Amino acid sequence: MERRELLKLVALATGGAVIGGEFFLAGCKNKDAGVAEGAFSQNDIAFLDEVAETIIPKTTTAGAKEAEVGKFMTVMVNDCYDEADQKIFHEGIKKLDDACKKMHSHGFMKAEPTHRNQLLTSLDKEAKEYMKTKKQEDPNHYFVMMKQLTLLGYFTSKPGMEQNFNYAQTPGKYDGAVPYKKGDKLFV
Amino acid sequence: MNTYDAIVVGSGISGGWAAMELCKKGLKTIVLERGRQVEHLKDYPTANLAPWELLHRNSHTKKIKDDQHIQIRGFCNESNSHFFVNDKEHPYVQKKPYDWIRGYHVGGRSLMWGRQCYRWSDLDFEANAKDGHGIDWPIRYKDIAPWYTYVERFAGISGSKEGLPQLPDGDFLPPMEMNALETHVSDSIKQKFTDGRRMIIGRVANLTRGWNGRGPCQYRNMCDRGCPFGGYFSSNSATLPVAAGTGNLTLRPHSIVMEVMYDKEKRKAKGVRIIDENTKEAIEYYAKIIFLNASTLGSTSILLNSVSEVFPNGMGNSSDQLGRNLMDHHYHVGAGGNYDGFKDKVIYGRRPNGIYVARFRNIDEKTKRSDYLRGFGYQGGASRGRSWNGDGVGTELKEKMTEPGEWGFWLGSWGEQLPHPDNRVTLSKTEKDKWGLPQLEIDCEWKENEIAMRKDMMNSAAEMLEAGGLKDIYTFNDEKAYPGLCIHEMGTARMGNDPKTSVLNKWNQLHEVKNVFNTDGACMTSSACQNPSITYMALTARAADYAISELKKGNL
Repeated sequence: MERRELLKLVALATGGAVIGGEFFLAGCKNKDAGVAEGAFSQNDIAFLDEVAETIIPKTTTAGAKEAEVGKFMTVMVNDCYDEADQKIFHEGIKKLDDACKKMHSHGFMKAEPTHRNQLLTSLDKEAKEYMKTKKQEDPNHYFVMMKQLTLLGYFTSKPGMEQNFNYAQTPGKYDGAVPYKKGDKLFV
Repeated sequence: MNTYDAIVVGSGISGGWAAMELCKKGLKTIVLERGRQVEHLKDYPTANLAPWELLHRNSHTKKIKDDQHIQIRGFCNESNSHFFVNDKEHPYVQKKPYDWIRGYHVGGRSLMWGRQCYRWSDLDFEANAKDGHGIDWPIRYKDIAPWYTYVERFAGISGSKEGLPQLPDGDFLPPMEMNALETHVSDSIKQKFTDGRRMIIGRVANLTRGWNGRGPCQYRNMCDRGCPFGGYFSSNSATLPVAAGTGNLTLRPHSIVMEVMYDKEKRKAKGVRIIDENTKEAIEYYAKIIFLNASTLGSTSILLNSVSEVFPNGMGNSSDQLGRNLMDHHYHVGAGGNYDGFKDKVIYGRRPNGIYVARFRNIDEKTKRSDYLRGFGYQGGASRGRSWNGDGVGTELKEKMTEPGEWGFWLGSWGEQLPHPDNRVTLSKTEKDKWGLPQLEIDCEWKENEIAMRKDMMNSAAEMLEAGGLKDIYTFNDEKAYPGLCIHEMGTARMGNDPKTSVLNKWNQLHEVKNVFNTDGACMTSSACQNPSITYMALTARAADYAISELKKGNL
């Protein structure tokens, strides 16, 4: 799967364009980001790791936590998101935790895997619906960001690529009609 | 010590060729490159990085979006941004929107080029004479054909022989393979259209077997980072090492050529004046012949800035054509769709190439259009994507994302732009760059013929995909794809027979200054619709051969 293909898929999976991927006009206004780099705490990273692990859990292959997706999300938000989206993402951590308290009477970090899955499944629906109907100038949804960054981060990570796919940095040849049956690992 | 036999300005695709040809024939040659050194293999810092070794997984960071806000309109990204200019350091004036996408370093854009190589035919060389747009080319296919062969044999171009008169076959390495869906669509097009249109495998400067000590291509498709296998043609991997091997090459990076100096008595150029990019020191270099290969807009800027008593409007510009007739190819128009089939087939490898559809409009009476002149080709290809909508979270999402979806086909069109004198570049009278040189002002737009052609470019793409049995066909026609975006800029010092209407003669010499040659895209009298680099290579080798014979005869 080439990167372009992955981005298409990530956009599709979250019902919107990849956030932070858009072009900026000349004289880009994001030079001085409103949130200082490294404004994420270790607790934030641990929290994001659990969110990511719920989206892409460990199965016979590594989960998102092992692929260090929590840390990846913070790097991307710091370096690639504009100020408005950074703010949404930061606030999203608390919003997600509050939503968990509302649904399960305790915070996300204490929630059982099934409760986490239940919460994020509902947030995913909510976010996807929101992105479908929102006007262009309306703010993005924090969960769209978290899901996009999880999918991008995981499926470009070493364990994500090597364990789920037949990854070769140097394929050495091209074959455009390789026999395939369900369960075969795809080349990426 | 600043005197050489030849000066070559620029080290990109045509400059590398000029340097190699002149050095091989024994001329002591200095190549002046405005940017930094990039040595083959050594200076490709990202070439071997896995996706996870790029901190942002090849995304645009805010820094890239800010520093390179024009470059990212092309294909500049985290893994290759070091090969594209910083737009803040290299400003220009856009009288109308124009994307000037550049790399200032040894090798220039030969490191990041698209590598598609198609010969022109007399359909192209005769086009201006036949419909009256622009002026007649001073050469025909027979003049350039042996030089196409010459450069193909050295560069290594893979492709299939098809016998199409409008897209002459070359001296090819074995073709790359089409995949399952491409083969199917190609066969369907052949069966269903009676106008002779053909979908063929792309002809590309990637080596399908070892060639002249380089390659072969490893099907990584990371060419624009520089290839650790030398799997594709670039100045850095191919021409410059041969030039250096002769012992005749001096390569000077960080050398911004300000002007070509004119000797009024001898009616020849005597050399060039540079400014050192870092120290800002001005230095003069002298030579018997000068090859300008600084890219279309680079070479034209230098000539416009080379003013003297004899040439108050720029060297060799008595015709007032210097800077005019700027062309590019217009693209970001076409169609795509999905295919219900080949579910038991997937792809292995990342082929750095796609398919090509040769021009099929306005090639004879039968294919003549009433709504526009000239024509277009297509590039694109098929791949197997993921069609699942990605709902939910958890194990099912993870599993679905590792499974193949449907096959899809993408077909984009590349169209010819007519030469128009109002599409022009000039030097700003007020704006300067940080070296004190006047900024370029670019005033260029798509005109009626291009806009009319785009409708057919889009609809014909959909029609071919339909013929290939694709479903869910979508079309696109991006009106924000401004001139320049295709990075095929050309035409601002056109060749011609008449010094009154052209800047260069049929040997790429300035009509008015015979020891100055310009063999980059600036020399092009029309744009055709094929990717132009192989034509620049052929014209450069041809002009270098002529320059050397003229030098021997004492004519230069």
